[in-house]
Amino acid sequence: MSLLLSRRALVGSLAASAAGLLAGCDRLGQEAHVRRALFSAENMHKWFQRTLQGRDALAREFRPDQRSPVFRGNGTFNPDTPAYKALWREKFVAWRLRVDGLVARPLSLSLAQLHAMPQRVQTTRHDCVEGWSAIGTWRGVPLRTVLEAAGLSARARYLVFHCMDDMGGGQDYYESIDLVDAFHPQTILAHSLNEAPLPVLNGAPLRLRVERQLGYKQAKYIARIEAVADMHGIRGGKGGFWEDVAGYDWYAGI
Amino acid sequence: MREETPGPAPLVRRHRLSTRLWHWTNALCLYVLFTSGLGIFNAHPRLYWGQYGANFDHAWLELGRFGPLWTLPGHYDLAFSRHWHLAFALIFAFGLIAYLLWSLFNRHVARDLAFRRGELAPRHVWRDIRDHACLRFPTGAAAARYNVLQKASYVGVIFVILPVMILTGLTMSPGMDAAWPWLTDLFGGRQSARSIHFIAAWLLVAFFLVHILMVLLAGPFNELRSMITGWYRLPGPRAGEPAE
Repeated sequence: MSLLLSRRALVGSLAASAAGLLAGCDRLGQEAHVRRALFSAENMHKWFQRTLQGRDALAREFRPDQRSPVFRGNGTFNPDTPAYKALWREKFVAWRLRVDGLVARPLSLSLAQLHAMPQRVQTTRHDCVEGWSAIGTWRGVPLRTVLEAAGLSARARYLVFHCMDDMGGGQDYYESIDLVDAFHPQTILAHSLNEAPLPVLNGAPLRLRVERQLGYKQAKYIARIEAVADMHGIRGGKGGFWEDVAGYDWYAGI
Repeated sequence: MREETPGPAPLVRRHRLSTRLWHWTNALCLYVLFTSGLGIFNAHPRLYWGQYGANFDHAWLELGRFGPLWTLPGHYDLAFSRHWHLAFALIFAFGLIAYLLWSLFNRHVARDLAFRRGELAPRHVWRDIRDHACLRFPTGAAAARYNVLQKASYVGVIFVILPVMILTGLTMSPGMDAAWPWLTDLFGGRQSARSIHFIAAWLLVAFFLVHILMVLLAGPFNELRSMITGWYRLPGPRAGEPAE
């Protein structure tokens, strides 16, 4: 009898206290200083990871036979705007990658010009913030090569990637990385996936690969790369579409 | 053990400050990590083995989303679940490291957690299992020490499950995989690590339920007091049994 009572009391009080604690945590999470404290963990993770990595530590590269059979898309599957469709119909011959901002020589590069530059091929794992992973072979131009061609200013601290996909309300996707990632040997502007031109699903005609960070940093449908000294005045100021809209971490190494 | 009062039910110092501080910090961390972790899991409630795994690959487990009574925050918000999770992961991981170092230094590990000679003999373990099954808990001075099943569960949690949680968590980080490439080798890939992370989280829940049950059966007031203040009242001899 007493055991039965205590069992009932156990289950009841556990459930009640769990629900109460959750509600309490939820309310705490709405306090500005609690949010600031929680958000500051991003900087600690960034500091630890950058300290442990060293600048040029490479993400693992796989063999082609270790690839995912299907490389799924996410976010925008097709920008589907009249301008994008016109470019796609012509196999992106009219598309140009603009490189501007804090650079000595602003560039306007065609797909053919990008193909003519030195290439890097890497079979890497793409990790989505949602939890899934896919392995694919990317081919493209090291971002470093493009930045050197444009003559990056010493004042530049971040590269902002402006994309062609409208995320609703007339807001195009955008992302940004700092110079540590911009000059990393595996950071490339990829124009092909698994030995074929980049599918629309995965960001045709050009997407970013930043292999030591999560999927939402790998901007797709890139139209323009802008070198800036800081993020103020760039859209919501937090360095990326999801950072502005949903409070995602700008540093997405974990 | 220093006894405060003579007599049949003396109060003894049972838990050191380091153990008590860590116990409660860890309890809070695991609570936040579990609930926010389920919030993160909800973003893709499928689990795989190997290096990769997504919607077109074979999932060994596919669940629906956990409801609002399970997750932190109580509505679907992947970004905010991650903020909770990644902030408390730091407190949890460095808390465990600090506690382990402190416990080696103050000999908590050697004195209280290490198995003593003969304790792992099958006959001794079997007797302890029978005692637990009959809810026959130690009395007198024997109650001040951990019994062998208790030691085994604490050692398993502290030295195996909790480190596995931290390491599998790090294996899911593309940044940490670049820094420590051995992580993915250790667990057989990022998706395997994610699966092990999920399984180990539920093993911790199982530990928690048995732990709470044992506290209630052994006397919740006395047990709670000992984990808050450190003082524990040794249970007296059971009726019909000689005092030890």
